[in-house]
Amino acid sequence: MPGRLKALAQSRAVWPLLALALILIVAGSVSPNFFEIRIVEGRLFGNLIDILYRAVPTALVALGMAVVIGTRGIDLSVGSIIAIVGAVIVWRIKMGDPHITILFSALAAGILCGMWNGFLVSALKIQPIIATLILMVAGRGIGMLINQLYGGTDPSFESALLQWMSTGSIWLIPTRLILAAGIFLALWLLIRRTALGLFIESVGGNAAASNLAGVKAGLIIFVAYVLSGLLSAWAGVIMTADTHTSDPVSVALYIELDAILAVVIGGGSLAGGRIYLGMTVIGALVIQALTTATLISGLPPEYNLIIKALVVLSVLFLQSANARRAIGSLVLRRSP
Amino acid sequence: MSKKYLPLAATVAVFLALFLVGGSMYRNFLSTLVLGNILADNAFIIIAAIGATFVILSGGIDLSIGSMIGFVGVCMAVLDSMGWHPLATAAVMICFGILYGALQGFIIDYCDIQPFIVTLAGLFLLRGLCFMVTLESVPIRHDFVDLYASAKLPLPGRGVLRSSALVMLAALAVAIFIAHFTRFGNNVYAIGGDKESARLMGVNVRRTTVGIYAIGGFYSALAGVVYALYTSSGYPLAGSTLELSAIAAVVLGGTLLTGGVGMVAGTLFGGMILGLISTLIIFHGSLNSAWIMISSGVLLFAFIVLHRFLVSSFDLRGTS
Amino acid sequence: MNATANLKPRVEMRSIGKSFPGVRALSSVDFTLYPGEVHALLGENGAGKSTLIKILTGALSRDAGEIRLDGKPVSFNSTGEAQAHGISTVYQEVNLIPAMSVTKNLALGPSRGALGVISWGKARKRARGKLSRLKLNIDTEQPVGSFSVAVQQLVAIAHALDDDTSVLVLDEPTASLDAQETATLFGIVSDLKARGMAIVFITHFLDQVYEISDRISVLRNGNLVATHMASEISRQDLISEMIGRELGEVEATLAHKAETGPGKQKLVARDLGRKRTLKPFDLTLHAGEVVGLAGLLGSGRTEMTKLIFGAIRSDSGEIRVDGQDMSGATPRRSLASGIAFCPEDRKAEGLVGDLSIRENIMLSMQAKRGWLRQLPRRDQEKIAAEMIRALGIATPDAEKPVRQLSGGNQQKVVLARALASNPGILLLDEPTRGIDVGAHAEIITLIRKLCNDGMALLVASSELDEIVAASDRVAVLRDREKVGEIDGADINRDNIIRMIAGDDGGQH
Repeated sequence: MPGRLKALAQSRAVWPLLALALILIVAGSVSPNFFEIRIVEGRLFGNLIDILYRAVPTALVALGMAVVIGTRGIDLSVGSIIAIVGAVIVWRIKMGDPHITILFSALAAGILCGMWNGFLVSALKIQPIIATLILMVAGRGIGMLINQLYGGTDPSFESALLQWMSTGSIWLIPTRLILAAGIFLALWLLIRRTALGLFIESVGGNAAASNLAGVKAGLIIFVAYVLSGLLSAWAGVIMTADTHTSDPVSVALYIELDAILAVVIGGGSLAGGRIYLGMTVIGALVIQALTTATLISGLPPEYNLIIKALVVLSVLFLQSANARRAIGSLVLRRSP
Repeated sequence: MSKKYLPLAATVAVFLALFLVGGSMYRNFLSTLVLGNILADNAFIIIAAIGATFVILSGGIDLSIGSMIGFVGVCMAVLDSMGWHPLATAAVMICFGILYGALQGFIIDYCDIQPFIVTLAGLFLLRGLCFMVTLESVPIRHDFVDLYASAKLPLPGRGVLRSSALVMLAALAVAIFIAHFTRFGNNVYAIGGDKESARLMGVNVRRTTVGIYAIGGFYSALAGVVYALYTSSGYPLAGSTLELSAIAAVVLGGTLLTGGVGMVAGTLFGGMILGLISTLIIFHGSLNSAWIMISSGVLLFAFIVLHRFLVSSFDLRGTS
Repeated sequence: MNATANLKPRVEMRSIGKSFPGVRALSSVDFTLYPGEVHALLGENGAGKSTLIKILTGALSRDAGEIRLDGKPVSFNSTGEAQAHGISTVYQEVNLIPAMSVTKNLALGPSRGALGVISWGKARKRARGKLSRLKLNIDTEQPVGSFSVAVQQLVAIAHALDDDTSVLVLDEPTASLDAQETATLFGIVSDLKARGMAIVFITHFLDQVYEISDRISVLRNGNLVATHMASEISRQDLISEMIGRELGEVEATLAHKAETGPGKQKLVARDLGRKRTLKPFDLTLHAGEVVGLAGLLGSGRTEMTKLIFGAIRSDSGEIRVDGQDMSGATPRRSLASGIAFCPEDRKAEGLVGDLSIRENIMLSMQAKRGWLRQLPRRDQEKIAAEMIRALGIATPDAEKPVRQLSGGNQQKVVLARALASNPGILLLDEPTRGIDVGAHAEIITLIRKLCNDGMALLVASSELDEIVAASDRVAVLRDREKVGEIDGADINRDNIIRMIAGDDGGQH
């Protein structure tokens, strides 16, 4: 039995799931009706559903971030990509495009942004944190520009398709959850049912060895950033649908930090290598559950940030052998 | 001219070019009045960027700058409402900044965790503490604030150097001294250039790292003090995304984000370029912050590509 | 220069032992240093030279044995401590900060008051003083990276030399120097020697060893082979000690060499070369033939295999595989046309540590198929299991991350990956590196078997006996140039050594 317990403790899946369970239990103990689920207007409602619901944009961005981090990179521009996508959506709506075209335009905008990032990192060989910083700085400005040129003075809109995506539901389940599940499935198939996942993990783990083994590292890295752009675009579609407007200045502020956090909680290492798609989603759920639990428990929402900070550090300490050793030697006064 | 001065030269050139462009487009642009205003309005960004320069020179990064500015501001406001003199609170907050920075540096080196993550936690932590202190803007009413606002040093022409600008210039002088005339400064450049070589050459990497982030904390806190006095209030959202502007100012100032190359003086010009861009746009009358962001991005791109092709020529092994 | 007999040793290292996970780096090695002598330390990669020196200079801790400095036992926990005791090192990779000026580099060091103010005027004077003692007169305000490697070496030496330095370790100091610069360096070394400094000289250039050293110690596979006075051992015996005798078993496989001649030409390289890397060479590989690549460290063995594989881009000549022109090939293209490559440095270039054994084995095969057509999991497991069995990889489970395996087993995984892609041509760089000695024969037998099955093989190795046992033909390299080939019956240790050493004494 102890052997099994040890293996469980070392399994990557344990910690994020444990954290999630812990948060939910604490929330449940503070608020008696926490786990209640009702059906209102043909749709499921309840705190648990709410957590899933609100976590979708972050989870989508986090999935793209997980892929990029797998190649030993990072994408700081995801928030700005969402800003651009929002502006593009309003633009195409005002131009009277049919629904499907609007959707494709939004996704195309995200893919273009991803290609730009990918070009900087794999062709110009610029460090990822620096390369994506450029779009991060300029992106919201681009979004604002598009708004000014095409959105008119009022960048808000009405769109049946987007409304449905945002608040609609299919058979009781909110549309966005089904959408997110579909996207997750597609990504999972792409990463796990083709060799792409293997190549990404290989390139992130050891790019030189991968090249010698015949893997085209440059191309793989490029594709990773395009995927991140695409997934951010999906998140942008949903977030824009939620607010009925394009607000490049403040939409998705800090989402890149939440996304990186979700990936790290899910077990991914910033140094590249293994991708944990499922656990990344759990990581996003943990972050959202934290926020919801903080709200429910009556604590002022500002505490959320501090708790997040503590979660970051705790996760790192647990995952970093160095840190564990450091604490161990400090506590036990053993010579290192 | 030695290759390593090229980025700085590029920065100064861009600054002068922008200034001249403004002068050709608008009357009254080429004046010390405009210059003085740019310095005063952007003093706090430049101060924060000076601290960030040390961190980036060593090859690290500090994401907690903006949150520190917010936190220092709200603390000053709250303590002011309790009757403290702003200079006293400033002293306390700056000490806090130094200690907090040192703690970050220690965690980064001792636990071997990437600076990005550690300072990210700092970003969340300090911002959260901001909101715990107050949810809304709190004014600073002490008489000192008026004294601070009215103090100025006249420049030739119609311009003046206000207190914020004076504080910034003094802070810059100290930074230049530390960076270029002390062993510590030499060590910072060494660690940024090649950490392992520096270690093998006998540099105490741990002590230097703690010092670097402590300096970062000092300057972030000082920036917070300046900002609070400048706006005569403490606002919990102050400094949001400011770390980004600070990093941009550092890069535009000619410092390589990979570390080891750059000058603190360059950051002054980098910050002024950012200030110039917004001034130009304000003069234009459209107050279009979209163009500010886009042009910052374009400039950043140009500088980064320039830096990229310079970095390869610094490679030792490239000589064979 | 043999006054050492009456002097007390400055440094005594006795029975030094050191192990890393999976490999025994040093076994009971003795090493002494007398003041005023130059003591050369020789050995191939993996012989243990770096480990021994790192233990001496405090960069590594030892597992066994003791170190005495001027008769007193010492134990260094850091390089700083060793430096404080007067032991300084100049590393092979020049450890200076390239973008900083010479003055600034020389001002770096263990801090005596870290915040102390630097007067650059004084620092410049001190720098110039240190350099002038080494007869170097340069503009110390220029970034150190802008000078030639020779000058950088001297600056690094100046940095290492303090007033109280009594032991200087030079690790491959002449690797990037030409004859003139080397002469200057040796002049300085002689000066330091005359002033009573004890100097350790690590190198693979035998001429230089004889030119400057008083005593020579040879390490092999973590053991001290012998220590000689330089005047008492011949070149050939020295080479013999460095890369010679291993196991008698290996010779048994000699008997299994095929009697039939080589098959058709698989790979023809003509005038293939790259400036500053390898002089243009010709080489032909036939099916059913093993070509061994012999030469000392630094002679270009790895570079030749990489040039053929396309991992290093050539700037001259051409290469044809099965008649097809392969110039400008990438590793991907080479794999597609049936060439597989096992790199020497498996950690940096061979394995992806976090991936499982199965994934590492499958990687090249999958790269060949492209990203879309994933090899079904069941097939992957089958192939992995086959490879594990065929090569005797000791692991209960193919899903373990490969970095958990011992060094020898890791090496086998690299081999497995290459074999899994079903190559017609196999390039092996140090295939027995890090495999424990008993398993070497296994690998040699495997190489012969592959050869008999029709594969064309190129095997670069520092283990001379294994080259002799495995090869049908041997290409010899010296100083980045192919100097000749030895065929069939003429293949034996002496002939190879003679060709490496060069009858004319060889200029380095």
